[in-house]
Amino acid sequence: MKQKKSGMFKYYLKEAAKCWQLYVLLIPALLWAIIFAYYPMYGVIIAFKDYKIRQGILGSPWASPLFKYFTEFFSTSIAVNAIKNTIVISLESLVIAFPIPVIFALLLNQVRSKRATKAIQTISYAPYFMSNVVVVSLISVFFSANGVVNGIITSTGNKEVLFTSVPEWFRTLFIGTNIWQTMGFNAVIFIAALTAISPDYYEAATIDGASRFQRVLYIDVPMIMPTVILMLILQVGNIMNVGYEKAYLMQNGSNTIVSELISTYVYKVGLQTAQYSFATAVGLFNSVANFIILVIANKVAKKVSDISIF
Amino acid sequence: MSKNKDVAVHKTKMKLSTGDKIFNTVNILIMAFICIVIVYPLYYVVIASMTDPVIVNSGRVLFYPVKPYFEGYKTTLSYMPLWTSYKNTIVYTLVGTLVSLVATIPAGYALSRKDLVGRRGLIFVFTFTMFFSGGIIPLYLTIRNLGIYNSIWAMVLPVAVSAYNLIVCRSFFESGIPDELLEASKVDGCSDFGFFFKIAIPLSSTIIAVMALFYATAMWNQFFNALMYLQDDSRMPLQVVLRNLVLMNQANQMGSSGDAMITKQKLAEQLKYCIVVVSAAPLLMVYPFVQKYFAKGVTIGAVKG
Repeated sequence: MKQKKSGMFKYYLKEAAKCWQLYVLLIPALLWAIIFAYYPMYGVIIAFKDYKIRQGILGSPWASPLFKYFTEFFSTSIAVNAIKNTIVISLESLVIAFPIPVIFALLLNQVRSKRATKAIQTISYAPYFMSNVVVVSLISVFFSANGVVNGIITSTGNKEVLFTSVPEWFRTLFIGTNIWQTMGFNAVIFIAALTAISPDYYEAATIDGASRFQRVLYIDVPMIMPTVILMLILQVGNIMNVGYEKAYLMQNGSNTIVSELISTYVYKVGLQTAQYSFATAVGLFNSVANFIILVIANKVAKKVSDISIF
Repeated sequence: MSKNKDVAVHKTKMKLSTGDKIFNTVNILIMAFICIVIVYPLYYVVIASMTDPVIVNSGRVLFYPVKPYFEGYKTTLSYMPLWTSYKNTIVYTLVGTLVSLVATIPAGYALSRKDLVGRRGLIFVFTFTMFFSGGIIPLYLTIRNLGIYNSIWAMVLPVAVSAYNLIVCRSFFESGIPDELLEASKVDGCSDFGFFFKIAIPLSSTIIAVMALFYATAMWNQFFNALMYLQDDSRMPLQVVLRNLVLMNQANQMGSSGDAMITKQKLAEQLKYCIVVVSAAPLLMVYPFVQKYFAKGVTIGAVKG
């Protein structure tokens, strides 16, 4: 038995040696993974240490108690609020923004002129090429007190709304503009799935007297379901990382109560006030929570629909 | 046969039921609404950038430049920090895209080869980075320790590989290059290097274009990393300068100091529109020509999650 095992090992080694050139091709990407993905993962241990730059990761003393920075984080009201904000905005995005590209793809697929379909699709993902800074700049000029949106509101005799500074409007603007930015691009994958459906189904349905709407409902929707579920898992797997860059850009003194997310908070305490260990602990909490949610979503999807990402 | 089909299709086109007609009309209206919602804001910004700011600030809905006023563009075009950042962004994007391609394309090919020993494990090493990370601070400290903080490499290297792009790339090579081709060249004594450089690369202009596009767009739009990993104003990319001018209201410092307060204030509002146009224009002008590659990339990636 033992001999067989070492024989297997030798066999693998020989096979690996045969493709050594492929390993050489992998070197740049592996170096990246080690330095910029896995080494920082090792670096999270400073969440359990009193990190001092001069002493380095290994040299810094362990925090006592070990979970000092985690308990510190959970005991602040800012933390609870940031966690709440992150979860609420993610869930709202998921429920409101996720179905829209699917619906858009289904409807676009029903447009009968091929040229119109192409033109609409091209237009639909224009915003995807704009940076968050540009988009937030657009928000700031359109929704300002003397912007065009308030121009329309006041011309109908209503009072102007301070969209960008009142907390109540933050999520609406954030999610609304997210839809604007990503709808077209996110729809691409569903459109591809729709064009792969065999025309035989439609012909058969038409002969049976199905209306257009029925064809969408009973052919298109079930056929793209696997793709939809796959995208849903991926989205859920990123739930704790919702667009913090955009949230940070949209943040101002008067809306932090709703716009402070875990990630924006990590940036502030970590890099602006240099509390490295504390900020790392907060970030680690975020990553772990996110990962657990992904694993659960994957498990549920596997059980319900037999579709999973791993 | 095909003629028969044409006739059948033609017939169904002619006999639209009332329900289908309503469906079509509603659908067309929805599509028109979507197009307007996407295009009008962009169009408005362009118009506002060349209209008298007094009119723009009244919040009127505009369809064409009412009272042309070009002071904004004059000031924008002569504002040097903006152009320095423009140059930085171009350099970061070019270098970054090149580095990313060099890291991603060969690795994507290697991972597509079924005879690569340890393939599953290696793929996992990369996909895992999509779902778990050390977080902002450990990465920041890594960058400081490497001594690349406040240099172009801090912008380029941390984002050099995206696991998602790597998987898209691998899927392309898996389905795009037939196994027979590899076997045939192996019989001819071709090495793996030889096959990759002489046969695989020339066959993969599509995936190279897709990858270049994905990486270049991401690089061009990078903001947060610049904020974290760069320090000198002279190294900042366009996005940071754009944010400072438009969102932090520094635009009112742009005009020449001799201008009267009133002119300055008037100008400051228009400047915001001009700066947004100047910084978003390059990508928006290029994208209609490259968007088919974008769609292709997403579709290739969808084949295998």
